[in-house]
Amino acid sequence: MRAGILRSPSPLPGFGLSFGIMMTVLSIVVLLPIGALLGRGLMIGPADLWDMVNSRRIWSALTLSFRAALIASLFNLVFGLMLAWVLVRYRFWGRRFIDAAVDLPFALPTAVAGIALTALYAPNGVFGQALAPLGLQVAYTEIGIWVALVFIGLPFVVRTVQPVIEELEADLEEVSATLGARRAYTLRRVILPTLTPALLTGFALALARSVGEYGSVIFIAGNIPNLTEIAPLLIVIRLEEYNYDAAAAIGIAMLVISFAMLLAINAIQTWSRRRIGLV
Amino acid sequence: MYRTIQIGGHALAQGIFLRSLGDGRIEIDAGHARLSGHPVATPRSSETVSFHSAFRKALTGGHLRGGLLAGLTGLVLAFGGTTPAAAQDSVEILNVSYDPTREFYREYNDLFNAWWTAQGNAPVTIRQSHGGAGAQARAVIDGLEATVVTLALSADIDAISERTGLFPADWQSRLPHNSSPYTSTIVFLVREGNPRGIEDWDDLVADGVQVITPNPKTSGGARWNFLAAWAYAERNDLDPAEFVGAMYRNVPVLDTGARGSTTTFTQRGIGDVLLAWENEAFLALAELGEDAFDIVVPSVSILAEPPVTLVDGNITSDAQRAAAEAYLQHLYSPEAQALALSHYYRAWDTSLAAPEDAARFPELDLVTIADFGGWPVVQPEYFGDGGIFDQIYEE
Repeated sequence: MRAGILRSPSPLPGFGLSFGIMMTVLSIVVLLPIGALLGRGLMIGPADLWDMVNSRRIWSALTLSFRAALIASLFNLVFGLMLAWVLVRYRFWGRRFIDAAVDLPFALPTAVAGIALTALYAPNGVFGQALAPLGLQVAYTEIGIWVALVFIGLPFVVRTVQPVIEELEADLEEVSATLGARRAYTLRRVILPTLTPALLTGFALALARSVGEYGSVIFIAGNIPNLTEIAPLLIVIRLEEYNYDAAAAIGIAMLVISFAMLLAINAIQTWSRRRIGLV
Repeated sequence: MYRTIQIGGHALAQGIFLRSLGDGRIEIDAGHARLSGHPVATPRSSETVSFHSAFRKALTGGHLRGGLLAGLTGLVLAFGGTTPAAAQDSVEILNVSYDPTREFYREYNDLFNAWWTAQGNAPVTIRQSHGGAGAQARAVIDGLEATVVTLALSADIDAISERTGLFPADWQSRLPHNSSPYTSTIVFLVREGNPRGIEDWDDLVADGVQVITPNPKTSGGARWNFLAAWAYAERNDLDPAEFVGAMYRNVPVLDTGARGSTTTFTQRGIGDVLLAWENEAFLALAELGEDAFDIVVPSVSILAEPPVTLVDGNITSDAQRAAAEAYLQHLYSPEAQALALSHYYRAWDTSLAAPEDAARFPELDLVTIADFGGWPVVQPEYFGDGGIFDQIYEE
C-alpha cells in the first residue's frame, strides 16, 4: 500500500505523514474554494460566462483594478527596494522602529487603513488641503486607489528583498570598486542582478494582493461606475442582486487574468535566472 | 426584584434591580452602594452576535483544546467575563436588522424584556445583528438563523421568502401598516445656511451641484432616494429617466451604505447636499450640532416603510414563537411607538410620545411604493441587472 507516489523519496523519515497533512490543509484552505468557483463557472458554461463579463462597465472595472494594482506595485518595487536598502545598510536612530512599522499594513484591518487614508486625503483633510491648491484631488479619484494599494503592498516588497540584501557580500562590491567600477556601475551590474529574483517575487506578491483588495479601496475610491469602481466591488454588487452566476463570472475573469500575470512574472524570473545564473 | 450580578472576575453582589444599562449590564442597589455588572444565572437581555459566542463554539470544538486552551481561557476571562453557562432553558431571539436601527433596537430590547417579564414570562435573550440590508438578507438566505428580520425595505424580505420559503409570500399582511411599525422618508441635508440655495429636487440637477447618495445596488435607503427623485420628475412632467440620470451624474462619491454617505458628507466635507433617511438626518443634526447643517424638505418625497416579520421556518419551540410574535407585536405598543418617535422615526401612535418628538416631522406630499406597483415590480425593473439604474451608467 505504501508503494507508488507515497513511497518516501528521501531517507528523511515522516514524508507520508507530513505530505498527508500538507495536502489536507491545502485542499481545505486553498483548493476547495477555488475549485468551487471554477466548478460554478463550468456549470454556467464558457459562452454564458463571456456574455456576463463582456460589458463596458465590467471591462472598465477590471482594467481599473489591474491598472491601479500594476501602478501601485511598480511604485512599491522602487520605493520598497530603497526602504529595504536603507534599513539594512545604514545605522541610524529609529531604524528598528521603522523596521517594525513596515509590517503595520499587514496587521492593520484594511478598513481602518482606508478610513484613515480617506480622512487624510479628503479635500478637508490634512494632505487634501495641502494638495488642493495644486489642483490635485486624491480621495475619491483613481489616485486615491493607488495610494491605498501602495500602502497595502509595500511590506511585501520590503520583506522579500530585505533578507537578500542582508546576505549580499560586501566583498563583491569591494572587488568591483578595486577593478575600477564606479558606484552606479556596481549598483547596476553587480547588486541589482542579484536582487532581481527577490524583487520580482515581492512585486508579484504585492500585485496579487492589491488586485483583489476591497476593504481599504472602497472607502477612498468614489465608487462611480466606469470611473472609480473596482472589480471586487462589482462582485459584491452582483451578490447583492442575488446574481451569484455573474459574481462568479467576474471572479473567474479576475482569477484568469491574475494567473496569466503571475505566470508571466514567473517566466521573467526563470529567464533572468538563466541569464544571470543562480543566486 | 432581587438580582445577582458579577463584578470583575469573581466577586458577586446582590441587590434590588434598578435599571438595565443597555449593554447587557444592569445596575442594582446593594444597600450600601449602587453597583453595576452582568447578571448571573438569568441570561443577558441583549447580546450582540459576535466574538465570544463564536469563541465558545471554538472551545467546545475539541480539536482546539490542548496547548491553546490555556491562552484561550485567559482571553475568555478577559473578554467574555460572565457569560452565563446554562442558557438552554431560556428563550432566545435573533433579530437581523439593518444599519441605522442599531440605537433604536438596543433600547427597544430592554423595553420589551421589561414588559415581557412583567407579564409573568421568563426573560428573553435577544441578540442583534446589524449591517447593510442587502447583505443581511443574503446572510439569512445563506443560513443565518434569524428569528425575526427587521430590514430597510420589503424587497429584501421578499427575497428571503422567495429563495428559502421560510415564511409565506404574503408575510407583509400579517401585521398592521404593511408590517411597518415605524416609517421614515427621504429629505435633504445641506450645509449650514444652505449656500447653494437647494429647495427641491430640480435644484439637484443644476450644473456644479454635488449630490451625495449611496449606491442603490448595495443600499436599501438609496433605493428610496432614487424613487423619490423619480416621483418628483413624474409629478412635474419631466422625463424621469433623464432627470434621475442627470442627478446621478452630479454624484461624486457613491458609497455602499447610508452611514457611509452620511460620513462622506458630514466628516469629509464632500458635496452640497446629502439625500438621507429623515431619521439619519435628524440624528446627524443631534450628533453634530444644529449649526453645522440644515434639513431641507422637498415638495415630494416617498414613504419609506422598513418592515418586520417572523421567520417561521427558524422557530424551534412554541415558547420561542410566542416570544418572537410578542416581540414584533409589541413594536406597535404606545411605549415602543414613543421610543421610535424619539429615535426620529415616523411612528403611528403618538399617544405616549413627548410632544416635541411627535411634532418634529414636517408635513409633505408622500408617494408610496404602491404607486410604483410594489417592490416585486420595482426591484427588477429599476434596480435589477441591466435595469434603469444600470442604464444610467451604460453610456
